[in-house]
Amino acid sequence: MQRIINDPDRVVPEMVDGFVAAHPDIVKREGHERVVVRKDAPVAGKVGIVTGGGSGHKPAFVGYVGRNLVDAVAVGEIFSSPTAAAFAEAMRAADGGKGIACLYGNYAGDKMNVKMAAEDLEDDGIEVKTVIANDDVPSAPKDEREKRRGVAGEVLMWKVGGAKAALGGSLDEVIAAAQKAIDNTRSIGIGLSPCTIPSVGKPNFSIEPGKMEFGIGHHGEPGIKVMDLVSADEMAAMSLETILPDLPFNKGDEVVVLVSGLGATPIMELYIFYRKVHEILTGEKGMSVYRPYVGEYFTSLEMMGITLTVMKVDEELKQLIDLDCYSMGLRQEKLR
Amino acid sequence: MSESFANAAGGGIVAELAATMRENRDYLSEIDGAIGDGDHGINMVKGFDMAAERVEDGASFDEAFRTLGRTLVMEIGGSMGPLYGQFFRAMARQAKGVEQVDAPTFASMLEAAYEAIRELGDAKVGDKTLVDTLDPAIAAFKEATGTGAGFAEALDRMTEAAERGKDSTKDLVAKVGRSSRLGERSKGVLDAGATSCWLILRTTAEFVKRQL
Repeated sequence: MQRIINDPDRVVPEMVDGFVAAHPDIVKREGHERVVVRKDAPVAGKVGIVTGGGSGHKPAFVGYVGRNLVDAVAVGEIFSSPTAAAFAEAMRAADGGKGIACLYGNYAGDKMNVKMAAEDLEDDGIEVKTVIANDDVPSAPKDEREKRRGVAGEVLMWKVGGAKAALGGSLDEVIAAAQKAIDNTRSIGIGLSPCTIPSVGKPNFSIEPGKMEFGIGHHGEPGIKVMDLVSADEMAAMSLETILPDLPFNKGDEVVVLVSGLGATPIMELYIFYRKVHEILTGEKGMSVYRPYVGEYFTSLEMMGITLTVMKVDEELKQLIDLDCYSMGLRQEKLR
Repeated sequence: MSESFANAAGGGIVAELAATMRENRDYLSEIDGAIGDGDHGINMVKGFDMAAERVEDGASFDEAFRTLGRTLVMEIGGSMGPLYGQFFRAMARQAKGVEQVDAPTFASMLEAAYEAIRELGDAKVGDKTLVDTLDPAIAAFKEATGTGAGFAEALDRMTEAAERGKDSTKDLVAKVGRSSRLGERSKGVLDAGATSCWLILRTTAEFVKRQL
């Protein structure tokens, strides 16, 4: 294992220490050592946006704490849900008096810990509502959408939910907007190499040289198939062919596209992949790309690979996607 | 051998459970690594060791379980922190204020623990989870006491059923939790949670039998 770490069991707290020290203009640590909070939280009169999940997905989740985005994040061990206590503290830190929207991904541990934390907050009279992201197409058939994982589409869910809250939306309005964002979003991932949890010390799955796993999950969950490595253009075409029919996306649709590396992919290759995605969407598919995002948005330790997320947008989603924001992982200027 | 033991003398249970987890750390992680993250053993040892340190000298059986449950919920995330945390908290509640823990008390502890698990997750028997260990173990304990077996013998029946339940997960396809994403490929290996549940029940049974 070639890694830049100290004690493998201390990677998460040491990462949080470094993150908070590096971004004092955006975040603070408050109440709990595994909770990262927007510097000026709680914002009075605003719905609090909370998320959380296992570590190893930088910039997710702490990288999306910031203005017009997420107010507080519960930080878990590598690939393991945060504790109920951490979720509860994050919710308390984000409470500006209008309730809490907890927007997170569809994983068993996160669901349990969020449920226990929400009960705790409700005992104190603070209303908590949730949206559970399930944008990953390969993880279950369409008629079992409730079983699908939440992946990079979560970034768009936070963007939309965070913007709705910032614009003064009520808890129900924020929840409805975030739910619409994820309902309109589909994602897929391709893995070319495995990743290693430092405290485990060895990869927990393998991908042979010359092969790729099509439809892989953010923790190396097996995808649709293992196959021979193909070109970037073919990867882009295959990915679109899998996710576009699922919504379905249609000719004339306006879409937001998010391409993310999985941790070890050169940024250059993300653009090579995006080039073909853009060409297919705006060419043969007859859609228009309202706003593309290409970069490291939701990774999986040092996995080599890529994810593609497409969200169909309407006027409301366009307005929310366009709102300026400021976090480590996502920074947008005001539109003129 | 008596049919009950003093609650006040049972505080050593958590140290024994922690020792069992330490002995099986690598084994649990290895099973978990086949169809999960490979960190089950690491997380269990972390939580149980932390709890063992926090259990005060002279703690009772229920106080020790309460400390264990609270520690797992507060300090260990993932799925296992809340599941086992609520499991031990529920056991502790049933034994609170009881002077002598007998077979009916122990049966109510097991049932409350099972209820707590069901409240959190959706797992049923056959889904390849710790429920596949817990459900038959509780049934065997109750059946034994219902047909005249003593406390110690009922504990043996419970441990045997737990082991069979754990072994049954090998041929099951995971239906809930992270390994369920593997579908048919989750077959052929034991479920890590079912295995740790068996270790917990076996260690608890051995501990209780020595107190009788």
